Amino acid sequence: MSVDQPAELSKRHRADVAPGEAYPEEDIAQGIRGYLIGLGLAVLLTVCSFAVVRMKVIWAPAIPVAVIVFAIAQMGVHLVFFLHITTGPDNTNNVMALAFGVLFVVLLIGGSVRIMADMNHNMMHSPTAAHSHP
Amino acid sequence: MSSATLAPGHDPYHLGGRRDGQGESAATGSGTGGPSPKRIVVAYGFWIFIFSDIVMFAAFFAAYAVLVGGIADGPKPHELFDLTNVAIETGLLLAWSFTCGVATLALAARRMALFQVMMAVTFLLGAGFPALELMEFADLIARDAGPSRSAFLSSLFTLVGCHGLNVGIGLLWLLTMMTKVLTKGFRDDVLRGTACFALFWHALDIVWVGVFSLVYLLGVIA
Repeated sequence: MSVDQPAELSKRHRADVAPGEAYPEEDIAQGIRGYLIGLGLAVLLTVCSFAVVRMKVIWAPAIPVAVIVFAIAQMGVHLVFFLHITTGPDNTNNVMALAFGVLFVVLLIGGSVRIMADMNHNMMHSPTAAHSHP
Repeated sequence: MSSATLAPGHDPYHLGGRRDGQGESAATGSGTGGPSPKRIVVAYGFWIFIFSDIVMFAAFFAAYAVLVGGIADGPKPHELFDLTNVAIETGLLLAWSFTCGVATLALAARRMALFQVMMAVTFLLGAGFPALELMEFADLIARDAGPSRSAFLSSLFTLVGCHGLNVGIGLLWLLTMMTKVLTKGFRDDVLRGTACFALFWHALDIVWVGVFSLVYLLGVIA
């Protein structure tokens, strides 16, 4: 950020705009640097995901957990660097919508998997065994 | 109550955005900043659409997660998936995230040539993606692993195909925005439309992160 000029600093401070928010007069090289950081992090996380699955260097039962963690981290990187989700006041409504979306996705996927796993579990019992699990 | 003694404009919950709670923020959309500019409002409305899109994909993910075990004595996920293909697709997607971002910056800086070149590169990278997916689908169908083979394959074709369809629609939108910027110039409504396109395009990346991780990578482990 080239905020060493006092005029620029006070203008940004007064406007209270979060970093990453688009400016018509914004320096294009500075914006490209932001996208390069995002690209670098996304590539790193993708390579980690594929490497963990391909190379089998970590304990096998931990591989799915690692893949899911890398995926969530990469979604965060995309949200921050490419979709420009910030903590700025301009973005408050977007963050609230995002929070609702995350809640909905977790309920939908988690709930479906849980309910169907329970049903499959119950269906596997024979009719006589089912009496012990009302 | 002590609230009567507080000065007007006191802001105990920092709703105005200042850490000291005094004085209201000059930022638009809160405090004394006045209404948000149209650019912010339009982007918020488009965010709502993006989340409806993501909720739709979440339903397809849930269907896939539930049905992935229903192979009906057909091929299992790890017998079908080709990680090299998925890696190439992911590479295309990450590259177009960057070029689309540079196009957004070029538009903000009013640099027509850079914008058009970057959008064209984004289009070429984007067009490779559904092409690779179609080749993969054709290969699966040729190996008697089409969508009608098992519940697992039905849900796989639905999920991955729906993402590919979204990419295809995004490609048409991309061409539309290139033409609009070329013919109408840097008009405010065109800039807002391009910002919405960028949101849509980057949101597809997030869905693909879920697809390649949860479907392909977790699929080959089993």
